[in-house]
Amino acid sequence: MKSIKFSRSPLLSERLPVWRQRTVLVLLLGAFAALIGRSLYLQGFNNEFLGDKGRARFERVIDISATRGRVTDRYGDVLAVSTPVRSIWAIPEDAQPKPAQARALANLLEMDVREINRKLASEKDFVYVKRQLPPELADRVTALKLPGIHQKNEYRRYYPTAEVTAHVLGFTGADDAGQEGIELALNNQLSGKSGSRRVIRDRRGNVVEDVDSVNQPLDGKDVALALDSKIQYLAFSHLKRAVTQHHAKAGGVVVLDARTGEILALANLPTYNPNNRYKLAGAQLRNRAFTDSFEPGSTLKPFTAALAIEKGKVRFNTQVQTSPGRLTIGSATITDTTKHGTLTVAQVIQKSSNVGIAKIALSMTPDEMWSMFDNLGFGAALNLGFPGEVGGRLRPAKKWRPIEQATMAFGHGISVTLIQLAHAYMAFARDGDLLPLSLTRLDTPTTSGKQVFSGQTAREVRAMLEMAVQPGGTAPQAHIPGYRVAGKTGTAHKIEGGIYAKKYVASFVGFAPVSEPRLIVAVMIDEPSNGKHFGGEVAAPVFASVMAGSLRSLGVAPDAPLKPLLMTSADTVREEM
Amino acid sequence: MLRLNMALILVLLVCALSTVSSNHRARKLFTELEAAQKSARELDVEWGQLQLEQSTLAAHVRIENAARQKLGMRPPAPGEIITVEPESGQPPR
Repeated sequence: MKSIKFSRSPLLSERLPVWRQRTVLVLLLGAFAALIGRSLYLQGFNNEFLGDKGRARFERVIDISATRGRVTDRYGDVLAVSTPVRSIWAIPEDAQPKPAQARALANLLEMDVREINRKLASEKDFVYVKRQLPPELADRVTALKLPGIHQKNEYRRYYPTAEVTAHVLGFTGADDAGQEGIELALNNQLSGKSGSRRVIRDRRGNVVEDVDSVNQPLDGKDVALALDSKIQYLAFSHLKRAVTQHHAKAGGVVVLDARTGEILALANLPTYNPNNRYKLAGAQLRNRAFTDSFEPGSTLKPFTAALAIEKGKVRFNTQVQTSPGRLTIGSATITDTTKHGTLTVAQVIQKSSNVGIAKIALSMTPDEMWSMFDNLGFGAALNLGFPGEVGGRLRPAKKWRPIEQATMAFGHGISVTLIQLAHAYMAFARDGDLLPLSLTRLDTPTTSGKQVFSGQTAREVRAMLEMAVQPGGTAPQAHIPGYRVAGKTGTAHKIEGGIYAKKYVASFVGFAPVSEPRLIVAVMIDEPSNGKHFGGEVAAPVFASVMAGSLRSLGVAPDAPLKPLLMTSADTVREEM
Repeated sequence: MLRLNMALILVLLVCALSTVSSNHRARKLFTELEAAQKSARELDVEWGQLQLEQSTLAAHVRIENAARQKLGMRPPAPGEIITVEPESGQPPR
């Protein structure tokens, strides 16, 4: 075979022009220079863009939600707690389940298939299918793997004591923010602040590393209320029984600790269930003990008597002439329905004589009476931070006419809230001083407060109030076997359209045991309309059962012999209105 | 010179490998920490739910009904209460 000599190739023998190799060389070098320049630009001068892109592929910011604090009673029993739930939502455009899938979903959610289909046919970008499901159920929805159906973590607040504590606690809205009651009043303390963290995630979605320092969430603080849930239940159930029995429109009970000023129970009717808030009307929501003022009637009499003793106008046994049972001041006349004749000051309180107390009141100046009412806290809100709290009505002393001064002595022409009334009685339950009230548990309670009356005056009025619950007083039904009790009834006409109507507010405020007062209980029944309407008949029995149960539950030692009080109807004195 | 270089390369290799392994260990520990924190959160939630359940079961309405109806209990009548005085030397009735 004849070999071919490539070196002698005729193609190679021809010299190429030099400019061609140079051009290629320059082009190649230029391309390299461009690449180097570009990479320098991207990685050196303007590296943020690519850095961001890279981080976006493995870094995530995760929100860490904070939980809302729990509300407990004074012994740590839970009254309100938040627990995680999930809401099912959908993007209607993406969610087109097959009929079988829709049925499975409907079964799980206990909804009508048609309703689900209607929601998924919506033209919106976002619809809730069902809100606030328990997590286990939500997991089963996830297991269906339906396209376009998503879940969102939320919190739901539960109130295990439901309507019993509804008015004190209030409730939260769908966004877990307080809307009523304690939930609103202490919202700042209860609500947390959610945090966030920036993390690196691996392919399977596990968190591998924290990038920055974690922005820790601030969980809401737990709140311990002053409430004693056992006493609260007693107050609520006895109030409910009385309101039903007397066909009353509304009612309220307040229990205070006379030694610390803590509110141990506060119940109102009508009430509602905070766990199920469909069709809630304003009347049910109101915490009447705080937001509704009423003319208290005779429950105010002891304060006027105390002031008169304090000013040296009368003494415990000073005689007051109440005959002939009527007293005309200007154009108005004050009457007693029963003729009592000559009474001592103590008997005026015991038998609740309007004429007697009016005469005592007129021995003082309006200014003296006004400043006593003001010192007792009437006319100004207690400022416990409770939403909607009112202060009642106490007109300035300069505008009082003599008849008004007389009627105010027996609680007409002045209005107070139930909590103010209970608070004012603390002056008699203690030795004349008033402690500030507290909705939350006090670990170091104050031991002395604002002095309104002297200790001697308070003790004398206490003795008068004890007479009122004994035979011959207006409220023997308030008697509790085993304990010495003191208290005062009130029965007031309601004002409707500026005139006193034939509708009543029956009330009773008292404390026990008298030898060392521990609890103050105030009861108010609005419009009892089943034949009875006197405070002694309607409110006093509620007082007695709440007080007896509470004293037993707190283990307060009895200070009287355990004799049941033998009573005849002749022993009860009808109070004056 | 060559020997020194070889030794340095060896040291470098060991360092590099230990960095890799310690990083790996750090991530593993971090995952464990994550899991522990998650279970702490879940336990906290469960605690809340158990407290809720306890309050529901111990509701005073429920207890009163059980005591009155199932167990036939009632508050003692005044005559049935005996008070024990700690100071007095007399034995209780």
